[in-house]
Amino acid sequence: MPEACLYIARSSAIAARALAGEMMVMNSADSTFFTLNPVATVIFQAADGQTPLSEIVRDHICEQFDIDPEQALKDAEQFVAELSSHGILIVSSQPLVSEAAR
Amino acid sequence: MISGTRKVACVKIGEIPIALSTCDEGFLDLLRQRYDGFLSSSPPEFELEFDLTSSRPVSDDDVRVRRDGDDWLLERGDFHARWDPRTGRGSVRQNANPYSLDSVLRILHSLILAQRGGFLLHAASAVCDGRAYLFSGVSGAGKTTMTRLAPPDVTLLTDEISYLRPNAAGYSAFGTPFAGELAKAGENCAAPVSALFFLEKGSENRVDELSSVEAVRRLMRNILFFAEDHRLAEKLLASACDFVAHVPVRRLTFYPDARVWHEVRNFPRNFQEVPEHA
Repeated sequence: MPEACLYIARSSAIAARALAGEMMVMNSADSTFFTLNPVATVIFQAADGQTPLSEIVRDHICEQFDIDPEQALKDAEQFVAELSSHGILIVSSQPLVSEAAR
Repeated sequence: MISGTRKVACVKIGEIPIALSTCDEGFLDLLRQRYDGFLSSSPPEFELEFDLTSSRPVSDDDVRVRRDGDDWLLERGDFHARWDPRTGRGSVRQNANPYSLDSVLRILHSLILAQRGGFLLHAASAVCDGRAYLFSGVSGAGKTTMTRLAPPDVTLLTDEISYLRPNAAGYSAFGTPFAGELAKAGENCAAPVSALFFLEKGSENRVDELSSVEAVRRLMRNILFFAEDHRLAEKLLASACDFVAHVPVRRLTFYPDARVWHEVRNFPRNFQEVPEHA
């Protein structure tokens, strides 16, 4: 049975800025601040709500960072869950309109 | 005894005059005493009307600063304020507690500054040889210690909340009346910022570089910002990056005696150029 697709989108409550290859993200709802490593930055930047996470991992992460696809997806799902719990990313089993793009 | 006529004290911090008005003579006296040295006869840019409520203790509740239409709402257990940034006018309901008053003023300044590319930083600051130095860090890192160790020719801007605004060449630090452990208001003056040091106590004095990312990370964690507002948060993050691009940010490990100020005083000589940032 195929695994359900995950779609991710950036929250509209965040401010983000790239510096020296790392993404800095601030959640304006609670003023929490995060710095994403280069792999997480790629996922964050690709979070358009339309591209399944598995596709982001396959096309961006595995290609750029030479990581085992299965392990990369597992790590990505963990990262996405963590950022979702902090209100940075929105996760859905359906395509989303990125709140940040509204 | 409350009279019907509002009396005004204009308090000018960071070159921003704000008129604070009240009908209560006792509260007006409190205002004047607390912000003595920062009172101004300048025409106010902004106005806050204070109405006093029955005494409620200063609250440990989290402060909330959010939009209500065009207005800002500033709320904590001990105060409720509404401010319209279009007219620059607002009203505050609080008790006569000076700590509530300080909190409201700090929040209002943080909102005004964020729009203008500046910010309030949890840091001590002082002027040495005409240049301002900022000392930030976690609680207990040594902010108050640095101010206590300062030589007599050093002017204290604040031991608690530094006030920063961009200028043509970088940033300026302004004195504030917001005192910390030292319980002493800063001097009402300003100077261009020479460096921001994140403090750590150690067995020797040394200055270490920080990467631009680490500098922004530490800076953001120490900026006083309360607004639940996406656009203002974006402005603030941009300001933090700009600050790091223009001002040297270093880790200062120090042994708590007066010699650390030699390190600070000599910093401009030892520092050659700000590293390029993205």
